Amino acid sequence: MLEHDIVVIGGGPAGMAAAVAAYDAGCTDVVILEREANLGGILMQCIHNGFGLHKLGSELTGPEYAEAYAQMVTQRNIQVYTETMVTGITPEKIITAQNCGGILKLRAKAIVLSMGCRERSRGALNICGTRPAGIYSAGTAQKLMNCMGYQVGKKVVILGSGDIGLIMARRMSMEGAKVEAVCEVMPYSGGLTRNIVQCLEDFGIPLYLGTTVVRIHGQKRLEGVTIAQVDGSRNPIPGTERFIPCDTLLLSVGLIPENELTRMAGIAIDPATNGARVDENCQTGIPGIFACGNVLQVHDLVDYVSEEAEHAGEAAARFVRRQLREAFSRSTAAGFGVRYVVPQHITTDEEDVSLFLRVTEPFGKVKFVIADDERILAECKRLKAAPGEMEKLTLKAEQLKNVQGPITVSLEVLE
Amino acid sequence: MKRNMTCIICPKGCLLMAEICDDAVSVTGNSCPKGREYAISECLHPMRTVTTVVRVVNRTDTMVSVKTARPVPKEKMVQVVAALRSMRVKAPVAVGDVLCENICGSAIVVTKTVL
Repeated sequence: MLEHDIVVIGGGPAGMAAAVAAYDAGCTDVVILEREANLGGILMQCIHNGFGLHKLGSELTGPEYAEAYAQMVTQRNIQVYTETMVTGITPEKIITAQNCGGILKLRAKAIVLSMGCRERSRGALNICGTRPAGIYSAGTAQKLMNCMGYQVGKKVVILGSGDIGLIMARRMSMEGAKVEAVCEVMPYSGGLTRNIVQCLEDFGIPLYLGTTVVRIHGQKRLEGVTIAQVDGSRNPIPGTERFIPCDTLLLSVGLIPENELTRMAGIAIDPATNGARVDENCQTGIPGIFACGNVLQVHDLVDYVSEEAEHAGEAAARFVRRQLREAFSRSTAAGFGVRYVVPQHITTDEEDVSLFLRVTEPFGKVKFVIADDERILAECKRLKAAPGEMEKLTLKAEQLKNVQGPITVSLEVLE
Repeated sequence: MKRNMTCIICPKGCLLMAEICDDAVSVTGNSCPKGREYAISECLHPMRTVTTVVRVVNRTDTMVSVKTARPVPKEKMVQVVAALRSMRVKAPVAVGDVLCENICGSAIVVTKTVL
């Protein structure tokens, strides 16, 4: 059995930032376990730019952002096991992993979970029709094109207007494919507005809102899809069907945090985020196990993943030194207009706490109200709020004094 | 002429309004100086940074990602990608290596290290 102070599971942006922060906080025995051959995670296939503006002060591509953090890992003598797949963790913080050397057992004083997400697939959508070749999740197509150099298709329909779908619409257009349509079942896009502009409008690609794919056609290779408009409860409206010939369908229909290991350890999951329930230190229900990045909540921007992971890494280092203090726990809750709040509980009243949330639908000018049963603790205004853009609110330490909880965040529409 | 647009410089996505009189552009709605620059450039000569991949000849199924060192005219984006499609590089290459000096007015820079 190998013994380490901190074991980080997953070497993507969250894992790297957590490991570096833990090391810099004085815990020098940090190990990263990564199932791919290199550090970097999903960033390695995100060759477009726009990363790092907030965190590193310059506009980088995904691989450049990853390399910046991989260098920080290397400079710090953090041990990295690549091509190593973690197959189990226990509440006692014993980790089972597997690589070409066989089975590894590690005992950790603290664990940081940073396994990221996987994509929702066709099976989750129940689209009827045949099962031909040519149907990919957007991220798979991205990896085939950007890392391995395959042309995925020539005539493309994209279902889902999340950021990966939008980025792939541009990427495939630039490589000479014709993107016929992006269909979004919701009445609004789930992607960042800047991506609608620079990925769809720049290339004249139509975005059909309130529209979905209802049938897949073709035997060996995809020959086309039938799209239809949907009503308020997302059911197809008869008579609105339209056939679009295409050889490729990309699915960009949501990300699922990969929490199999989390569940295996018996850690409570929040059904709204599909991530672990955590406190303001990213600590899960098991003391000494922390979660950060997309495995905790799906982020829009990698910069915020790094920031959250640094926070988790520092907290893990404090836990190892037995300096992680917990005063008393109050739960948080999502009120009107708010889909979820992370962290799910707050234990401090001595430090400022950041609350992350998403709204349920697009709003214009709004006011977020943070309150306990008796009084309003804080309010913040926004010019607009959309489900595709995570909101960050701050509660000051003095606002948390004498608060018994639960602390509810709700939204008031101002106009 | 008035034009509304969404700024693409950062994820905030400010709604900009630009008013064009001859060659002068006045901008409102921006929350930083970069937004103003973007709106002016977008009205007069839209530019984009292009990112794509180039095949590595001495590695199986391996591409190296690259970008234009500076933004190129928007209408030349596809031309840049097409020019780089036929290019081949030999590993090792590292982040920051310059693959060629000038395609559509910009150098092409490697963004991924392939050992």
